[in-house]
This record gives sequence, structure tokens and C-alpha cells, in this order.
Amino acid sequence: MTAEKRKMAIIATKGTLDMAYPPIILATTAAALDWEVGIFFTFYGLNLINKKKYKKLKVGSVGNPAQPLPVPNVVGALPGMTSMATRIMKRWMKKSNVATYPDLLQAAIDSDVKLFGCQMTMDVFGMKRDDLIPEVGDCLGAAGFLNYAADADITLFI
Amino acid sequence: MKPETIHFKVDARNLSCPMPIVKLKKQINTMEVGQIVELVATDPGSQSDVKGWSQQTGHELVHNEQVDKEYFYYIKKSK
Repeated sequence: MTAEKRKMAIIATKGTLDMAYPPIILATTAAALDWEVGIFFTFYGLNLINKKKYKKLKVGSVGNPAQPLPVPNVVGALPGMTSMATRIMKRWMKKSNVATYPDLLQAAIDSDVKLFGCQMTMDVFGMKRDDLIPEVGDCLGAAGFLNYAADADITLFI
Repeated sequence: MKPETIHFKVDARNLSCPMPIVKLKKQINTMEVGQIVELVATDPGSQSDVKGWSQQTGHELVHNEQVDKEYFYYIKKSK
């Protein structure tokens, strides 16, 4: 039986703390299953690999009626509420023994998960290659990424 | 049956998905075919994770058992 590695491509488009987890957990898990995995960070997903931002991801409390502790938007918009929502989420994560995003990112790097930046949105946000963590591989365009994803068994848009 | 010889142990207690299998994979990479690793976890989700991991990677889950809140898995490096 040919043991060709399964391949997964993930497009990570969000930069809030809550949305940082799905791509990184799926990627590290797939790598632990011996799959080849690549994550294409685009738009706000670039925060997840931005040197200055990846350790300071936040989650807000405005306009998210799905959150477990519902807060009226007008209250959620007050100064300090985003920090509080972020603190609460981090506390829940810790209580459930979920690793922090920086630790999961390191685990992904250690497992050879490929990290790609989206050149176009980097330009849009004025982000330079140097603003990203050094472990990022190529900065691709859409066609470059689609070329990577073309033979992926699973492609996820997050 | 719980294996007689255990060559390596991985302690994943108090770690949640995906860390137990990330650590398991890391350990398996260092092992020789035929060797057995014991993984201990407290995450109930590890039950489906370890089974799924074993099916995907082809390394045999020889035995598993639960003692109180701890889950013990015995995996043989199979290839």
C-alpha cells in the first residue's frame, strides 16, 4: 500500500483570540497524524504570525451574540470590556488545560507545519516580511497558495 | 493485554487536545519499530484522539485502560 502522506491546507482569515485556535489546533493535530499541513494566513489571520501581535491576541464582546457570557453591545463597547472578555477567555482556556496560542504555534512549528503569508494582504496592511515571525515560509499570492492546495486532501477556510 | 515491556512513557496529564497526541507523535518519532510507549492522559477527549491517531498513523494501539480519572494507552511503533 502506498503510504502517501495526507495533505491539508488551511486558510486562516481571522485574527481574534477565539479564532486563532481552530486553525492552529487542526494543523498541529494533523501534523501529529503525520499529515503534511500548510496554513495560509491572510487578512486578519496575519496577526497570528505577526511578531508583535501574536502574543497579544484579543477577543471582543461587541456584536457577538454567540458568546457564552452575553453582554449588551452598548456595554461591550465600553473601554476595558475587550480586555475583560480576553482575560475571561484566557482563564477558561487555562482551566480546561488548553495550551496558549503561542505554545500551540510553537508546537506547530516544531511539527513542521508550513506557514505562508498572503503577500497581497500584507501589502494592504503595510506589513513587511520582517514583521512576521522568522519561521514563516514563502509569502504567496492566491495562485501560489491554490497551487499548494490543489493536491490537498482537505482544504479548510477559517 | 497490558504489555510486559514498556520502553517509553509520555505524561500528558492535565493537557488538553491536541497536546497528548502531539507529545505521543514526538516520542514515537524517536522510537524503533516494535517498541512500546505508554501515554497517560487526563483529557477524556484523548480516547477518540488516540484511536483516530492510531488509525491514521498505522501504529498499533495495543491496549488501553482507565484508572480513576487517568487514561492509559499502550502504543507499539508499527512501522
